[in-house]
Amino acid sequence: MKFSLTWLKDHLETIAGLTEIVDALNRIGHEVEAVEDPSERLAGFRVAQVLTAAPHPDADKLQVLTVDTGEGDPLQVVCGAPNARAGMKGVLGLPGATVPANGMVLRKSAIRGVESNGMMCSVRELELGDEHSGIIELPADAPVGTSFAEYHGTSPVIEVAITPNRPDCMGVYGIARDLAAAGLGTLKLIAIPSFEAHDPCPIEIRTDDPEGCPAFYGRVIRGVTNGASPEWLKQRLASAGQRPISAIVDITNYLMLGWGRPAHAYDTAKLSGAVVARRATDGEEVLALNEKTYTLDASMTVIADDSGVHDIAGIMGGEHSGVSEDTTDVLLEIAYFNPERIGVTGRKLGLSSDARTRFERGVDPGFLDDGLDLLTALIVQICGGEPSEAVRAGAAPSAPKVVPFDPALTMRLGGIDVPQAEQKRILESLGFAVGADWQVICPPRRHDIEGAADLVEEVVRIVGLDHVASKPLPRVDGVARPTATPQQQIERKLRRTAAARGFNEAVTWSFLPVPDAGHFSDGAKLWLLENPISDDMRAMRLSLLPGLIAAARRNADRGADGSRLFEIGRRYFRGDGGASDERTTLGMVLAGEKTTRGWATGKAVVFDAYDAKAEALALLEAAGAPVGNLQIMGEAGPQFHPGQSATLRLGPKTVLARFGALHPATLKAFDIDGPVMAVEIFLDAIPPRRGNAFARPAYAPPALQSVKRDFAFLVPADLPAGDLLRAVRGSDKTNIADARVFDVFAGQGVPEGQKSLAIEVTLQPGEASYKDADLKAISDAIVRAAAKLGAELRG
Amino acid sequence: MTDLDQQKLAALAAISAATTLNAIEAERVAALGKKGWVSLALKTLGQMAPDERQQVAPAIQAIRAEVSDALTARKDALEAEVLGARLASENLDLTLPAPEAPRGSVHPVSQVMDELAEIFADLGFSVATGPEIEDDWHNFTALNMAETHPARAMHDTFYFPDRDEAGRQMLLRTHTSPVQIRAMVEQGAPLRIIAPGRVYRSDSDATHTPMFHQIEGLVIDRGIHLGHLKWTLETFLKAFFERDDIVLRLRPSYFPFTEPSVEVDVGFEVINGRRVLGGDGNAPGHGWMELLGSGMVNRRVIAMAGLDPDEWQGFAWGLGVDRLAMLKYGMDDLRAFFDGDVRWLGHYGFAPLDVPTLSAGVGAKETGTRA
Repeated sequence: MKFSLTWLKDHLETIAGLTEIVDALNRIGHEVEAVEDPSERLAGFRVAQVLTAAPHPDADKLQVLTVDTGEGDPLQVVCGAPNARAGMKGVLGLPGATVPANGMVLRKSAIRGVESNGMMCSVRELELGDEHSGIIELPADAPVGTSFAEYHGTSPVIEVAITPNRPDCMGVYGIARDLAAAGLGTLKLIAIPSFEAHDPCPIEIRTDDPEGCPAFYGRVIRGVTNGASPEWLKQRLASAGQRPISAIVDITNYLMLGWGRPAHAYDTAKLSGAVVARRATDGEEVLALNEKTYTLDASMTVIADDSGVHDIAGIMGGEHSGVSEDTTDVLLEIAYFNPERIGVTGRKLGLSSDARTRFERGVDPGFLDDGLDLLTALIVQICGGEPSEAVRAGAAPSAPKVVPFDPALTMRLGGIDVPQAEQKRILESLGFAVGADWQVICPPRRHDIEGAADLVEEVVRIVGLDHVASKPLPRVDGVARPTATPQQQIERKLRRTAAARGFNEAVTWSFLPVPDAGHFSDGAKLWLLENPISDDMRAMRLSLLPGLIAAARRNADRGADGSRLFEIGRRYFRGDGGASDERTTLGMVLAGEKTTRGWATGKAVVFDAYDAKAEALALLEAAGAPVGNLQIMGEAGPQFHPGQSATLRLGPKTVLARFGALHPATLKAFDIDGPVMAVEIFLDAIPPRRGNAFARPAYAPPALQSVKRDFAFLVPADLPAGDLLRAVRGSDKTNIADARVFDVFAGQGVPEGQKSLAIEVTLQPGEASYKDADLKAISDAIVRAAAKLGAELRG
Repeated sequence: MTDLDQQKLAALAAISAATTLNAIEAERVAALGKKGWVSLALKTLGQMAPDERQQVAPAIQAIRAEVSDALTARKDALEAEVLGARLASENLDLTLPAPEAPRGSVHPVSQVMDELAEIFADLGFSVATGPEIEDDWHNFTALNMAETHPARAMHDTFYFPDRDEAGRQMLLRTHTSPVQIRAMVEQGAPLRIIAPGRVYRSDSDATHTPMFHQIEGLVIDRGIHLGHLKWTLETFLKAFFERDDIVLRLRPSYFPFTEPSVEVDVGFEVINGRRVLGGDGNAPGHGWMELLGSGMVNRRVIAMAGLDPDEWQGFAWGLGVDRLAMLKYGMDDLRAFFDGDVRWLGHYGFAPLDVPTLSAGVGAKETGTRA
């Protein structure tokens, strides 16, 4: 909220300057978001009197004035305003001043041959209003020579962010009270101009909804003149950013902005019968002051008469019964509404207002009578009229909250030692009553005080948080203990392994377009947001690949030759009991060129499924998965090329990873050129590591050198090489240390339907070197084992 | 001149004229081979009388050595010639580029989270996690934001149409604070945790993205007060920015889950148009920047998490990880964090071996090798 320094000083007797006040506001918890000083914009403009006015010798519409500036000789000024005349007082801009409306810097100049030493200004030129038919005319008593900023009462405007727990400070008076408590001056008492009430209130006021509207106070004022507000009132509202409308509306706004007290005025000519706070009926409609029609329901409190709803209680008045310039009789309403109900109604209607902000946070239940009197007095003072006696229907909650307080808590919780007497002084200056036994009675406006900790906050914020001394957290003896969980360690290793292997870590959105997420859902039920920012961010991902593929496509669109991207993040499944089941996963995409065109071959190389396999295995190894025991199986999923993808499993059911080339349909769905390889590592499926010893097993290199033997087999074309290798390795586990494929060939010399697999077998002798017979026996065993798979040793 | 001398001269001439290794070998056999003339001459020594032998032998030995040396020298020279010719044919143009190894990178958010984990591990904090799809009890109610609390509306929450079995509204967590509740419930007290992770708000402009990262901190113990909070934040920020002149300004504020609540500003200086943290925000050329929210954990929250608020108290804070990364490493557009642009990732990402350690300083310095 915004207010001028002048306004603040209406309520705070202080010698503090602007900077001190701003610092104090920040210190006590009212964050200053901006300070604007209009007097800076009006520098160089002063109150001046026109002494003589004569026609310009060379121009019909211009006059040559002599102007008294209050010092030195009068200045000659050329002026085109029709109302310029001898004797009048106005505002003169001196050379060097900048005209606020257009940024023009005034200088001494000649206008049609006549010297001019400044400019007499209009309202619009000084950005004080729209008026531009002539220059400003000031009253005869305006002191010539004073700065216009000072005369006009322009005052710095302070904008503060009031936290939602402090509705008592959503009025200038409350802020003044806080500043006074902080030692910035003295809070002035609220001065209520006197007025005399005549006759009982002619309109019946009731509350038929004591839960939603426990208190409804009001009175009628007859015979008002609802003209423009006086200057002082307009200035205060303007500093708060409010446009003056008419005196009565302005005064109700002034009450709200000055004391945090929303009120409403009805034109009694538009009312019929009793004015009642009641529940709306379902479907009932009201045209509100913002010219929108709202459809209400039975949970909402309204103010209505015999003819219908005139006010959405505590939120916005109705268009029909609002006051206008023709209004002569008004009914004033000051009510207390249930804060929670106001919030619910406001959210249901999607309707915000200054009144709602205050009511839903809680207005001062002790400020109904005074508020009504203040409102009445101001209207009578400004608009005239005869007020009736007040009517009070119901009562605002008045049981005082009592908090037992231990002043030692300020040290225990706030970490600052404040003498008891000072704590008492602070609390009392904020309106708390402190008993001898430290039973603290809270002012009813302080809805935020729930317990002793809140009182500590009051004391600490007024003393100043900067007086809280830093105190080291106690720490354990010696070097800090490791804290990362096994899961966190795996994530860190994977991340840096993938980066070390040349991949860029990306962070992509957790939510996806529904079709993208659906493409990878494999029938799982998606989490779909009810209120996404856009449809492209509606479905929680079940795979990290859609986001990475989209990123790879964007990179390709930007001209990148290739993308190596990975991400470690969660996939969002449905878990037990309606909760989520979030599984940490590594996703990886290899798109575009693996190596760009180079001088060695002249050809770019694209990624293939073996590249994806290499990454999957390297990452699983880094994650501590038992890569030696993994089975390579199919069923990577319909998003993958059926012949160029696989899963890595521990046992037939536990899938640790999938990898391979993406299916052309996937590429099409994501509008990306292929081939694109992908890997997903399912971190939740990796079995935890057993043992946590540091020592490695003893190092025992074999005593004898190993021997290598090559075998070439003809096998059925569809036999997986891995099967043959497993068979070969299994044929003599004592002697065969390793077997690997070094050639795959089909074509000339190999019968149709077959292929040749060449395998290098490493044999490791134990106690004694191999003799010919040993080697023959091993070879025979290898060939026999291979034969079981239909493999035939080539001649 | 003896015959031997003449033979020697002829042999030396032939050796120096030899142009192939084969020719050298032929000369060696002719002179030093079993039936070579030097060998034959040496054999004659056996039949001589000792006196004569003593006279003749040195001369023959000298001739043998001279021929042998000539053979070796010529052979070495010829071999060097051959090698020279071969090497000359093996020239590589080393101005041609070497095979490129792709350079990977770690995302700034991950790097900064690792840095934070490292710093807080030293202070005895472990890393806790919780679900991102939360229920409204953990995200709001347990944090002292009842259903009608105005602060709920200020959170710009993403909701799911779903409710869990307990009837709780499912939503995307709007902050990492629900992890406070889960950690207290699961681990009890005393407790020191940080909880980094993704959070979500329905907000999108140049400085806000609907998904971003926060890190929550929580200390629950006996006798913990605001002074400890202040020290912890100062100590952590000094360690994170590796500057001793970090100055904090604490302002009273309001969060439903803390009481008292404290907003923390940090002093900065504008250098070359960039905000650089450090120094007193009130000093000339300096200012204050809002950095994080914190406070003493509201006793209602402690009770809601099943602990006795008369025994345990503590503090909590939350701040934006992306924002910390931007302040430290100089990125200026939050949206780029989530785009996966390989150029940006290469530019702002971190080398895999930039593992944050306390001994080397947790931050990764700019190396100046970026183009």
